Amino acid sequence: MAEIILEKVTKRFPDGALAVKDVDLAIADGEFVILVGPSGCGKSTTLNMIAGLEDITHGSLRIGDRVVNDLAPKERDVAMVFQSYALYPHMSVRENMGFPLRLAKVDKGTINAKVEEAARILDLTDHLDRKPANLSGGQRQRVAMGRAIVRDPKAFLMDEPLSNLDAKLRVQMRTQISRLQRRLGTTTVYVTHDQTEAMTLGDRVVVMRQGLVQQVGTPAELYDHPRNLFVAGFIGSPAMNFLNATLEDGALRSPLGDLSLDDRMRQVLERRNAPREVIVGLRPEAFEDASLSRDRDRGGMFRGGPERPVFTATVDVLESLGSDVYIYFTAEGGPAKTAELEELATDSGLRDTGAEAGQIVARLDAATRAREGHPVELQIDMSKAHVFDPATGENLTHPDSTG
Amino acid sequence: MAAVGRTHRVRWGVVNVVVVLYALFPVWWIAALSFKDPATLTDGDYIPRDWTWENYSGIFDTSEFTRALVNSIGIALIATVIAVALGTMAAYAVARLRFPGKRVLIGMSLLIAMFPPISLVSPLFNIERIIGIFDTWIGLIIPYMTFSLPLAIYTLSAFFREIPWDLEKAAKVDGATPAQAFRMVIVPLAAPGVFTTAILVFIFCWNDFLFAISLTSTESARTVPAAIAFFTGSSQFQQPTGSIAAAAAVITIPIIIFVLFFQRRIVAGLTSGAVKG
Amino acid sequence: MSMQAEPAGAPPPPEAEQVRQGKAAISAGARQERRLGWLLCAPAVLVMLAVTAYPIGYAVYLSLQRYDLRFPGQADFVGLSNYGAVLSSSFWWDAFWVTLFITAVSVAIELVLGMGLALVMHRTIFTRGVVRTSVLVPYGIVTVVAAFSWQYAWTPDLGYLAELLPEGEAPLTERWSALWIIILAEVWKTTPFMALLLLAGLALVPEETLKAAMVDGATAWQRFTRIMVPLMKPAILVALLFRTLDAFRIFDNIYVLTQGAQDTGSLSILGYDNLFTALNLGIGSAISVLIFICVAIIAFTFIKLFGAAAPGAEVKR
Repeated sequence: MAEIILEKVTKRFPDGALAVKDVDLAIADGEFVILVGPSGCGKSTTLNMIAGLEDITHGSLRIGDRVVNDLAPKERDVAMVFQSYALYPHMSVRENMGFPLRLAKVDKGTINAKVEEAARILDLTDHLDRKPANLSGGQRQRVAMGRAIVRDPKAFLMDEPLSNLDAKLRVQMRTQISRLQRRLGTTTVYVTHDQTEAMTLGDRVVVMRQGLVQQVGTPAELYDHPRNLFVAGFIGSPAMNFLNATLEDGALRSPLGDLSLDDRMRQVLERRNAPREVIVGLRPEAFEDASLSRDRDRGGMFRGGPERPVFTATVDVLESLGSDVYIYFTAEGGPAKTAELEELATDSGLRDTGAEAGQIVARLDAATRAREGHPVELQIDMSKAHVFDPATGENLTHPDSTG
Repeated sequence: MAAVGRTHRVRWGVVNVVVVLYALFPVWWIAALSFKDPATLTDGDYIPRDWTWENYSGIFDTSEFTRALVNSIGIALIATVIAVALGTMAAYAVARLRFPGKRVLIGMSLLIAMFPPISLVSPLFNIERIIGIFDTWIGLIIPYMTFSLPLAIYTLSAFFREIPWDLEKAAKVDGATPAQAFRMVIVPLAAPGVFTTAILVFIFCWNDFLFAISLTSTESARTVPAAIAFFTGSSQFQQPTGSIAAAAAVITIPIIIFVLFFQRRIVAGLTSGAVKG
Repeated sequence: MSMQAEPAGAPPPPEAEQVRQGKAAISAGARQERRLGWLLCAPAVLVMLAVTAYPIGYAVYLSLQRYDLRFPGQADFVGLSNYGAVLSSSFWWDAFWVTLFITAVSVAIELVLGMGLALVMHRTIFTRGVVRTSVLVPYGIVTVVAAFSWQYAWTPDLGYLAELLPEGEAPLTERWSALWIIILAEVWKTTPFMALLLLAGLALVPEETLKAAMVDGATAWQRFTRIMVPLMKPAILVALLFRTLDAFRIFDNIYVLTQGAQDTGSLSILGYDNLFTALNLGIGSAISVLIFICVAIIAFTFIKLFGAAAPGAEVKR
């Protein structure tokens, strides 16, 4: 077990394409870190560089107290789980799991003991003498995990290990990986393109885009305080709603009407020299059914006011999940468009659905009386709003920028 | 439903029997001939009335046939080994590496696969006479391995493409040196493809007739197909039919064995390159 | 057997993830990879060049000589006169038309039969192994052996097929009947190969597409012509190209069945006779070069006409 330190790590391919640029990342001993981003963002390249499967063009990589830039994978003492599992088809489960130990010239008795132990943990004991071809997807995945854990390596590297499983199994395995990692306490770097996986698994999440690290933080930090448009749009499902707005007289003139700002926000935007044209970001839960909150307020403190502007929208589609209700409605003037948002739309497959991307989604309490095709009065909690600079994508209301 | 199922089965059964008869009858016919004695040779029966090994013992008594058999086996085996070795190297490069000139290599092997061998017979005949390898094993091995190289490269590169190369990475992370990764992971996976290719190349070399009659003049390198064509009867007035049939049956045995045991692989090998494109 | 060129020359896509997948050699830079690629291909390339390119050049040189092995002293440069002699001789043209006839007819029959056979192999569920195994026998068997089998089958007083004919008929001694027997032998031997190539093509026709066509109301024949054939087109063209070029070089069957008597000789037989019976290297080489040119024209036509489906080009779906 060891810490992994990346300093200004850069990867340039022979054809000149820049895959990863100046990545600085300090992964603590025993930490579970997720690299997440759309395909082509450089997350897998980064992982391969840590594994030693890919050269590092610039920068330095430390595992434990050694700089390992020039070491072969064999000398780095890391274990990797591949998306395809990469099980050796000509070896039995036992041989697959024991392979790294056999290469390390561990004696047979020890190999056997360790393999049996790992098989017990992963519930593979009954399958030890089968070939990978005779296993189900979930079993293969566990064999791949087993091959990694028998070695007791300095770190686990996982390259989308769950993406070949069906949805239900993926959720189960996710919990199992999480439990296993906590139990073994081994430093783990995990690559995924699935933000839900990233949010649920990691101690910390690294969001990457086009070879650059966008933000590093705990899942909650990324969700509540995204540094830029990309992170804001990438993290969270359903995604944050983005609207074009004009900053005027201390309020945001938006397709949903005038959204007034509280003093804190107004000061921050002023200090940061916010441009006139901005993008306002609202998560689905920033909306509330106004009639419900009025009912509630009657019994308690008055919560309405300028920070909770109210508007009326017509519900296009209503999805009830039992605990919550999602409503979709269209806002005049449409959603905001920037390069980042385009990329996100393409990546999420929204582009392929052929749907008009002008929809806004709000998450309401299940008690709402909203109905499809009928207007509903909605209230916005402006303390949960984010304001972005359309030119740079920067989140102007990020707490770090207030100081 | 059951009745429909049955007529369906019967119909397919008939079709299958026709196909099997079509494929095997000529082979059966020549095998039957080889077991007939001279007296019943001309009776036209599909099953010999009196089975005899006479024709076989006859051909194995002559050096003309035994020598040719040794030549056939030796030449085909050596040509196969060399072609598969060179083909494996080239196919690995084609399937695995990026390098300029790959298209040229592919184009060239395609060209050679289409090359009319007769166009090479005259120059090779003269060249081999001049450098002194005419009528030797080497003189046949060289054209055989050349003409089977494209076949070897196509088939092998199709097989190599199927190997999940992630395994090589996995082995390296598991602590293998590049040599160990190759030996312990890639070789076991590539072996079936190499073996299949070897069978196809062997059949190709075993089958050749044109080079065999053009580039040999004596028993020293003449292979069985060529030797059969030069068989004469034991006396001037006797047709060598029985001997030819027996010799033909003998050299068909390895083919039958390959086909029986490796049917699946041969089909896979023949079609692998073809359609995956 | 075609082979797919990987996007060799094409620059890798800019996305790092995609680039990563094509790469595997660690610590081997592109240059090292390139050098290894060349190194691995070099032996094969050298052998192929030495045994085909050099001799064909030498054949061109020989074809410009008067070079009769019976009179080696009289070897001399004669320019294109060997070609003139060949192209103005009726032997060449007879052999040319015979070859073309055998090629066209046998490939056409093989395509139809091979397609039928492929469908049988594709559809049969039980006894599939038996059918496939027996079909491989004609492919694997030595051509000369098969040719002898056919010869004996048609030899009067010996063969089962000759018995079916009226007394006194000797089909192998008549030009047209002999040609048809040659075609029969050729078709028998090579249809399985054609069928296997087509079968591989058939396997690529998705079962669901056929079901969709069935639901859309297509008859079996319509499904075959409108769905299967178009989807199999690349496989069909590859099979046709290979078989056409192969049939054009026909030699073994004719050599055994008729030895080219009664004007049944193909171009390959003609070239062989000039070399080894007439021992005329100059004329023989001119014939060799001309055959090479014919084959090149056929291959070129196929590839030009059906461009994308040419083997070697990417037949990707």
